[in-house]
Amino acid sequence: MGAGHHHQLYLAGDSVVHRLPPQCKLLAVAAFAIVVVATPRERFWAFGLYAVLLAGVAVAARVPLTYVLRRMVVELPFVLFAFLIPVIGLGERTTVLGVSLSVAGLWAGWNILAKATLGVVASILLAATTEPRVILIGAQRLRLPSLLVQIAMFMLRYMDVIMDEMRRMRVARESRGFEARNFRHIPVIARSAGALFIRSYERGERVHLAMLSRGYSGRMPMMDEISGSVGQWATALALPGMALAVLGLSAVQGLSL
Amino acid sequence: MNSPAVNSLEVNRLAYAYPDGTQALFGVDLTIRRGERVALLGPNGAGKTTLVMHLNGILTAGHGSVSVAGTPVRKDTLKEIRQRVGLVFQDPDDQLFMPTVRDDVAFGPANSGVSGAELERTVKGALERVGMLEVIDRPPHHLSFGQRRRVAVATVLAMEPEILVLDEPSSNLDPAARRELAEVLRSLDVTVLMVTHDLPYALELCERSLILSDGVIVADGSTRELLADTELLARHRLELPYGFAIPAPAEHG
Repeated sequence: MGAGHHHQLYLAGDSVVHRLPPQCKLLAVAAFAIVVVATPRERFWAFGLYAVLLAGVAVAARVPLTYVLRRMVVELPFVLFAFLIPVIGLGERTTVLGVSLSVAGLWAGWNILAKATLGVVASILLAATTEPRVILIGAQRLRLPSLLVQIAMFMLRYMDVIMDEMRRMRVARESRGFEARNFRHIPVIARSAGALFIRSYERGERVHLAMLSRGYSGRMPMMDEISGSVGQWATALALPGMALAVLGLSAVQGLSL
Repeated sequence: MNSPAVNSLEVNRLAYAYPDGTQALFGVDLTIRRGERVALLGPNGAGKTTLVMHLNGILTAGHGSVSVAGTPVRKDTLKEIRQRVGLVFQDPDDQLFMPTVRDDVAFGPANSGVSGAELERTVKGALERVGMLEVIDRPPHHLSFGQRRRVAVATVLAMEPEILVLDEPSSNLDPAARRELAEVLRSLDVTVLMVTHDLPYALELCERSLILSDGVIVADGSTRELLADTELLARHRLELPYGFAIPAPAEHG
């Protein structure tokens, strides 16, 4: 217990991006993602420029490339799916390196790959420059549904406690000679999961009592007064702003063609 | 008898049965004067936790009454009562639910409307009283168990309670953490009700003790005298640890 793992996504620093209030960064990332998703998949160079914009943010935040790449593993299932679509896709087919692929599938795969990658990189940059709890303060300030923010906050706080409980249960199983080797052992694991669920539920009740005891009335008190200045908002919104400009430019070019 | 105004806590003929019909308390009477440190002793299942839950209105009396500094515990006084009764739960992980120590200590006072510089002052003051100011920006799960328990005490001290109620304060503590917590508790100038079956700890910290057994108070007196009465203890499933002898009174004056 005690020395739990630190949040692996956050990269401590003191850059311009780190110092921006969380609500500005959250809104900027969300707006950027919307612009990216709204971009028609045919406009290749627009996606290239979006990537350049993100690279600019990474440089400003002093987040190294390798750091971003390593955390992109989370995207892997989507990448696999994106590569699978052209193979299983229907309709007109084309041959790439001797493999017959669906044209519509290739477009769909590219669409998913490009947009998901840009979204994931933007989120990684947000997470690398903002502590998880601070992101939640930002969400609170943006008036996101308070119940959802509270649930996320408790998840953040109790993740380590529950993982620890899970580890103790595993140790207890193994010290009595149990080792999960094949299918027949699944019921044992399932019962452990059930017990863990009940324990967590009961802890939830005790935490609720502790909250009531200190005057909780359904709403989290607002404690950190982090408000963004006009300059900070402008800095943060420069990212989606420029992305929007790129989208506009690409539309104009598309019309003139 | 003192006038009611100086009593931090008064419980009169309190009875309670759980919804499933199990009767846990059968008419509890007790009075704690302001500034006293009192131990509530009793074996597991005696109704200690049920009694504690009544003190700040988490459970409401089936019969009888509870009042804190003259204010009765009722639905309409709950907000005030919960500010006056500081409950420290047994598992600090239940008590410390916010992402950082600072936010956690601030939770109570912020709920009662304190904010800004005053909130910051209150938080630092409370942490200073338990000697934990240096961990103010740490997440609770990075602290040792003893540190977490002291921070848990700070979270209720920040609300400036009339009475501090501790549920098994010494459980799971190693001897050093136990001594440190005792030093903290002794240094506080608030009324303390300590619920425990750790008899030496009660002797160390509390002049007066109550024994709760089968839902009633069966003894009320000086801790030293109660603990010397082995027959009384045995009747209520209480025992001093092996090899423990009650030290001679007031050696250190």
